[in-house]
Amino acid sequence: MGVASIPVGPESPIQREYRPRTDFFKGICWLASLLTVLLLVCILLEVFSKAWPAIHRFGFGFITGVQWSPNREVFGVLPVLIGTGISSLLALLFALPLGLAIALFLSEDFLPAPIRQVIRFVIELLAAIPSVVYGLWGIFVVVPLVQQYGGILADKLGFLPIFQGPAYGNSLLTASIVLALMVLPTITAISRSTLVTVPYALREGSYALGATRWETILGVILPTAAPGIVASSILAFGRAMGETMAVAMLIGNSQRLSWSFLAPSNTLSALLANQFAEADGIQVNALMYAAALLVLMTLCVNIAGEAILRHTQKTTAGLR
Amino acid sequence: METLSNEKVTEDMIPQDITQPLPLTDDFVPGESNFIQVQDFKFFYGKKQALHGINLEIPSRKVTAFIGPSGCGKSTLLRNFNRMNELIPGVRHEGDITIHGTSIYDPSVEIIALRRRIGMVFQKSNPFPMSIYENIVYPLRIAGQKNRAVLDETVERCLRSAALWEEVKDRLNESALGLSGGQMQRLCIARAVASRPEILLMDEPCSALDPIATAKVEELIIELKKDFTILIVTHNMQQASRVSELTAFFYLGNLVEFDSTRKIFTNPAKKQTEEYITGRFG
Amino acid sequence: MSKNSAPVPQNFFTTGGKQTSPLRLLRNRLLTALCIVLSLLTLVPLLSIIILLLRNGLPLLGADLFTQLPPAPGQDGGGFGNAIVGTLVMVGIALIFSVPLGILSAVYINEYAPTSKLAAAVRFVAKLLTGIPSIICGVFAFAAVVMTTHQFSALAGGVALSILILPTILLTSEQALMGVAYAYREASFGVGATPFQTIWRIVLPEALPAMMTGVMLAVARASGETAPVLFTALFSYNWIHSLMEPTASLSVLIYNFASLPYSHHISMAWAASLVLVILVTIVNVSAQFIFRPRHR
Repeated sequence: MGVASIPVGPESPIQREYRPRTDFFKGICWLASLLTVLLLVCILLEVFSKAWPAIHRFGFGFITGVQWSPNREVFGVLPVLIGTGISSLLALLFALPLGLAIALFLSEDFLPAPIRQVIRFVIELLAAIPSVVYGLWGIFVVVPLVQQYGGILADKLGFLPIFQGPAYGNSLLTASIVLALMVLPTITAISRSTLVTVPYALREGSYALGATRWETILGVILPTAAPGIVASSILAFGRAMGETMAVAMLIGNSQRLSWSFLAPSNTLSALLANQFAEADGIQVNALMYAAALLVLMTLCVNIAGEAILRHTQKTTAGLR
Repeated sequence: METLSNEKVTEDMIPQDITQPLPLTDDFVPGESNFIQVQDFKFFYGKKQALHGINLEIPSRKVTAFIGPSGCGKSTLLRNFNRMNELIPGVRHEGDITIHGTSIYDPSVEIIALRRRIGMVFQKSNPFPMSIYENIVYPLRIAGQKNRAVLDETVERCLRSAALWEEVKDRLNESALGLSGGQMQRLCIARAVASRPEILLMDEPCSALDPIATAKVEELIIELKKDFTILIVTHNMQQASRVSELTAFFYLGNLVEFDSTRKIFTNPAKKQTEEYITGRFG
Repeated sequence: MSKNSAPVPQNFFTTGGKQTSPLRLLRNRLLTALCIVLSLLTLVPLLSIIILLLRNGLPLLGADLFTQLPPAPGQDGGGFGNAIVGTLVMVGIALIFSVPLGILSAVYINEYAPTSKLAAAVRFVAKLLTGIPSIICGVFAFAAVVMTTHQFSALAGGVALSILILPTILLTSEQALMGVAYAYREASFGVGATPFQTIWRIVLPEALPAMMTGVMLAVARASGETAPVLFTALFSYNWIHSLMEPTASLSVLIYNFASLPYSHHISMAWAASLVLVILVTIVNVSAQFIFRPRHR
């Protein structure tokens, strides 16, 4: 009985009847998937468990404290948190107009295709340059520039707290400028793909009404692409928060709270980069606490950015 | 994805001498009138019912055509004979389909074994991204056949059956994707007959082909029916009347009429059939 | 008496002789010009980086660079052969962990059980992991490997890098598998192949070129990373002897030397940066070209 009763032609070249065997490969693949998921769980567990002694000991005061003195076992990351937030925000402020302009340039045809290809290539190169090389370049190009022009800024606008001198070379501003360069490819890439998926029908409709190219861009295309651009900004913000090396080399690594952009500052990731190697005892736990904060912040920002991006893709799909 | 039956093939099902090729089943005589039986068969895609209680008796060594307007369930029914629909998640069936007396849903029947014993040709030809030779011997290789002589012989036999041998015999090692549309479909037919199945399922095999290629494939089907039981789904009524001996007309998941092709196309019993034949709908 | 002074004929297409306002056209041109200028502006920093890399790094380029050990602070000469080796070794370790894990997971979530809860979890986790800052990979490897072995090591650095590139490899492998036409799988199942046979004989070979591209891109990224290896593999002025001791890497060398007050070391940092950028660019570019699909 069974399948053997289903006839086949004379001398069918199938020699044996099928014998079901366990699929070991499936088991291996299942294991790999499980390990991947467990990896994230492990990372979170490790970081938070090693952070726990510090969380337990310093509690919320860790986040609001302004002193970071490993010798006296006093740990507060408020200046660092502020530095992280502001440097990322400044980076975004610089990168967004630039990135948007480039995205528009790449999605419209102001100049012929070969030039657009060159710019695209340039952006890809910028994205591939390692963070530490940006830091090196920043030390020798951006720092002197900021020192020079920052000095002028401090002279003329020094009454504003954010431009209070003296103008150090290694400062929040320097790091923000280089960060802007580093997140530029992210903003450009995502914005460009959002702009390109704006349905052609919308563009056609606007032109048919007699609008000029820029009236179409500003009035129709950008508003439609806005959620995607917002998503790209959020994701770029997240990346800026997590950037380590260039920041560590340029920001001055000062734990002092200051309102001036021209003063040295610090970020969570730079703090970790600088102190981990020689830390021990409770300092390690405090650094783990800082790492846990960084993980939380970047996770939240990334989830938000991804959610908005997915939402955008759904809405423009409906328009097509 | 599909789930494989957990039942093992028992000893008495394995041919005793496993180095010998599988013989014809002892008591199979071509010319059985109820070779394939569909018994009150219902089929569901999730909540949507696609087939409502189909009853059908299909004889062997004949070409049976399934016709009907789009969405009438003819392809769905065809793909159930080798349980290909079970690749889609969330499907279920009621009723039964038996081949030569054995239900294909019998727990002792392995889906994999079933599919190896039935050949299928799809609407859009889908040769593997391999050489022509490898395409044809693929069904043999997965069944464990390694003998080079057997493989070579199979390739020639199948390509001859598919009327492709003369055209490709000098480029068997070239990629199958370099063939024309009509040639690719004939290659798929050759691949489908490689394991010498008794039953050949064809799901609109000519719908993606130009008229000349279509004519060649139709010639092929008429040749093939000497050695195979062929079930063909087609939306081209002229094609059905050219190649088939029996025709089943489906509408909205129901079998409306099943009779000899001549009767269906000249003097159908049901009004719906007549309206479809004369083009009043569908 | 000039023909040119004939009045503009009034018809459907001229609105009382008024054309599109010159202000609108001007604004249009200005914005276009602004856009172009800003875009070309991005060339400036890149050119600056390239020029500096070449100007400061090229003079030092020579065979010594690849065969000698790094000079101690204050010394002259030397090279970063051990750093190149160290980078390669740690990237190699990272590949050993993350390539099987990534590809096999991708096979599971795309072929075997795409609608399962585990598959959904894997996709979610992969997305989250792409957003993890590279320094956190280092932090985890520090906690998991350095603290348990009481030892900074190349192994720890490799583990950190593997976490960094795992999500990339997983997601690009998934994309590669999705790029294989469903028709092939259908044809394979139609002749009675098992899922394993279909995956092993048809799907994986077809997806392999795109997967390898993804792996190469991940390699390029991992080679340039500093944060994950900074406090896991530390640094070393010697050739690597074992996986359980600290090792040099190009990126950490650049980081360390950049802050030294010796001009020779700064030049070394530039030279190392040049080598690194060239390496990364070559791998990136060849990844796009080497693994082209076969049967087109």
